[in-house]
Amino acid sequence: MSFETIIGLEIHAELNTKSKLFCSCPAEFGAKPNENTCPICLGIPGTMPVLNEKAVILAVKTGLILNCEIAAESRMDRKNYFYPDIPKAYQITQYDMPICRGGYVDIETPEVSRRIRLNRIHLEEDAGKLIHLENSGVSLIDYNRAGVPLIEIVTEPDLRSAGEAVAFLKALKSMLEYGGISDCHMEQGSLRCDANISLRRTGQNILNTKVELKNLNSFKELQKALEHEEERQKVLYIHGEESRIVQETRRWDGEKGETVPMRSKEDARDYRYFPERDLGPVIINDALIREIRETLPEMPMTRKKRFRDLYGLRDKEIDIIVGDKALSEYFEALTACGTNPRAGANWILGSMMKLLKEKGLKTGQIPVPPEELHKLIKIIAEGRISITAGQEVFSEMFNTGRNAGDIVNEKGLSQISNRSELKRIITDVLNDNPQSLSDYAAGKKQAAVFLMGRIMKASKGKANPQLAREILEERLKQEISSK
Amino acid sequence: MSIHEMTAFEIRKGIVKRQFSARDVVTAFFDRIYEKEPLVDGFLTLCREEALTKAEQIDRKIQRGEQLGKLGGIPIAVKDNICTDGIRTTCASRMLHDFIPPYDATVVKRLKEADAVIIGKTNMDEFAMGSSTENSAFKNTKNPWDREIVPGGSSGGSAAVVSAGMAALALGSDTGGSIRQPAAFCGVVGLKPTYGLVSRFGLIAFGSSLDQIGPLAKNIKDSALALEAIQGKDKYDSTSVRHSITKDYMSTIESSVKGMKIGVPVEFFDSGLDEEIAFSIKGCIKKLKEIGAFVEDISLPITEEGLSAYYIISSAEASSNLGRFDGLRYGYRTKDYSSLDQLVERSRSEGFGEEVKRRIMLGTFALSSGYYDAYYSTAQKLRARIKEQFIKVFENYDILLSPVSPVLPFKIGEKVANPLEMYLSDIYTVNINLAGLPAISMPCGISNTGLPIGLQIIGPHFGEEKLFKAAYALEQELKPTAMHPML
Repeated sequence: MSFETIIGLEIHAELNTKSKLFCSCPAEFGAKPNENTCPICLGIPGTMPVLNEKAVILAVKTGLILNCEIAAESRMDRKNYFYPDIPKAYQITQYDMPICRGGYVDIETPEVSRRIRLNRIHLEEDAGKLIHLENSGVSLIDYNRAGVPLIEIVTEPDLRSAGEAVAFLKALKSMLEYGGISDCHMEQGSLRCDANISLRRTGQNILNTKVELKNLNSFKELQKALEHEEERQKVLYIHGEESRIVQETRRWDGEKGETVPMRSKEDARDYRYFPERDLGPVIINDALIREIRETLPEMPMTRKKRFRDLYGLRDKEIDIIVGDKALSEYFEALTACGTNPRAGANWILGSMMKLLKEKGLKTGQIPVPPEELHKLIKIIAEGRISITAGQEVFSEMFNTGRNAGDIVNEKGLSQISNRSELKRIITDVLNDNPQSLSDYAAGKKQAAVFLMGRIMKASKGKANPQLAREILEERLKQEISSK
Repeated sequence: MSIHEMTAFEIRKGIVKRQFSARDVVTAFFDRIYEKEPLVDGFLTLCREEALTKAEQIDRKIQRGEQLGKLGGIPIAVKDNICTDGIRTTCASRMLHDFIPPYDATVVKRLKEADAVIIGKTNMDEFAMGSSTENSAFKNTKNPWDREIVPGGSSGGSAAVVSAGMAALALGSDTGGSIRQPAAFCGVVGLKPTYGLVSRFGLIAFGSSLDQIGPLAKNIKDSALALEAIQGKDKYDSTSVRHSITKDYMSTIESSVKGMKIGVPVEFFDSGLDEEIAFSIKGCIKKLKEIGAFVEDISLPITEEGLSAYYIISSAEASSNLGRFDGLRYGYRTKDYSSLDQLVERSRSEGFGEEVKRRIMLGTFALSSGYYDAYYSTAQKLRARIKEQFIKVFENYDILLSPVSPVLPFKIGEKVANPLEMYLSDIYTVNINLAGLPAISMPCGISNTGLPIGLQIIGPHFGEEKLFKAAYALEQELKPTAMHPML
């Protein structure tokens, strides 16, 4: 029996606006609890929302990036429910007249390239955060996040595997980053993903009961949760127990590595959606759409092609560098200084990634400016220091913020590239090792390797190896011919 | 004439001309309040200290020869569902018995900027739901004309204190008639402005698409003066007018009504209307004809369906607007709970009164999945049709005339047991809110039992100028300012 997996995603992304969706409080992450609040986002009686135009523009921009149809007129609605994290007892969202409809994202996995259709994008406000103090029975509420603008992107059930879902989310994330739509920090919750998943027998064209998965806070969790749920459902089908697959919401428990039921359809709330009368319709005219279209930055797909053609990078390198907006911008800034693209890519994918990982920094937080890295690469290319020494210098630059020249001078890392000085060292080494010289003359070529080692030792590793080898070879020739 | 008997205009003029100080005015009104408030029970909170401080500021302004604001030194009462920074705002509900807003409503800010003196917060039906002010969780306000009679509602406190000379002006809110009906019951002028003309920011919402703040005054000019001070665009209210309105009604208010086309919808005079009211209004029609207006009967068959649409829409919106009162952040919290759900349920059960709970349940039902189309959706369609019909009528008429209430002011307790009968008293006022139109309620006679009778003049959107013009002309003919309650 073979099965096909049907997956649809719902993605929430916090929009990159300075202020919240309906008031002027900062929308930033990381403030002290309830610092970013005012009577409006706290829902104090009598207050009213005023729609943040920047958020509307970002939502339209998202729609344009994702090839959606932009609604000339959309509407805000109220979603009513009681929970302490929503201070008004309703969330202002969009119900039946979303700001964007349709659209698609093209994805590539090792197996397939496919187009994933979108159903809609709508604008809504985020909720506050409940903090349950352990063993005290006390819960605290932080409303800093209440009223932060979100877009919800809903796909059609077009994804066919956990791998495709991850590829989709990666592609979408990078497009949102490129568009300046959202920070997309999954660990901070500025990009969140829920998944709907069902199975059907291969060849069927029906949609079976789906299960909604929540708490998928990284690509890895998304992959694991979908694979686990896929397997759970498959086992039930195989044993003829598909009736046990019920419409429900299940939470992914990363520690246990399984999905656990949260609530079933019977517990589903009646949200009593109805139009938000405190706000007028959201009107988007063609002139505004044109204006926004003109500000659209290059998207990852286009940039990938350009990096392939212009810099000759390999697909795998492109996936990593272009897949991350900050990295690709760093790369371009580096090559703009004059760094050879190959060397630039090697540095970024090598030492840079290693150090970022060690320090737990994001790609947007690289402490070495591109022009400083360029200077280091130049020092190495000029043979003033070895590559090994260069990596040591880079690590120092990364950690201290000092520039390459200072570090090289201070550590005395400069290579000996002075011919006469090298000649003197080599003469000393040859005089001290007459046996090796005769071995070489007798045809034992590895004697030269031994002599190089002696030269490096005598120069305390600073001899320019290329130049030293050249001089040594010249001297050896002379010695042989003179005998 | 004592200061408390003066109109707002006269008070401001007296202060500017230094006939008396703003402090004298506040003192005079508080003397009146201490004497009559025990008989009327119109206020929930008095702010004597704040009022005296403000009066002293105004007097200093006068001494320095500075320009005085539009409402300079005029004592004004504010309905207790309009937020006042630092002053308790209860909505006459146990739920908000101790709620002190951290901000001023836009209208309050504008009153202050216009140098008005806020003297107190007035009683009302809880959360503005009611037509008699008997739904207040705190007390019954009495009609100054007869203390056994209700003052109307929901802005009953505001109407009563103006009528009793305890405030020169008052603000009320009108969701389905809550300014106009109490104005009619207490013999004062009540204006419900066009939806959007006055900011709702800071008005604790009942029905967001219907609510509108407006003034209650002793006469038409005072009403226009108050509107001038509070109207216009507000960046905190997205439903307020887009452009700043600086309309000056005074320049046109005294102009002639000759040639003005007035429609009288016959459906507003059906069998349910009290005969004395019908008689008074016919008298007004006659007077208007005499001074040159063109008056004729028209058909506007919307009254009954409007009432149903109104109760569904206002209750639906209220069920959502009142969700935030859960006992968690502010307001009433039950003493006895062992879970979050219990805390919310009990706080709401104990904090809200019967009428509020009735409407929350009605509205929740009307929005529920499976019932939405039959109720809320249908009501919205009716509403759109009502609005269209009005707009069409206003293509041919400048204003419309109708009664405010189908019945004369009734006795305290008379309709409490029968909510439906109470709802019916809104039949001539709710349609105006559904259509977002402006309407003014003005005294037009006195019944055989010695109670005031009100007339409603309805205008097209943003047609307040026409309302004031017609109302002022009629007021000059009727001289209703001669009518005062014997308190």
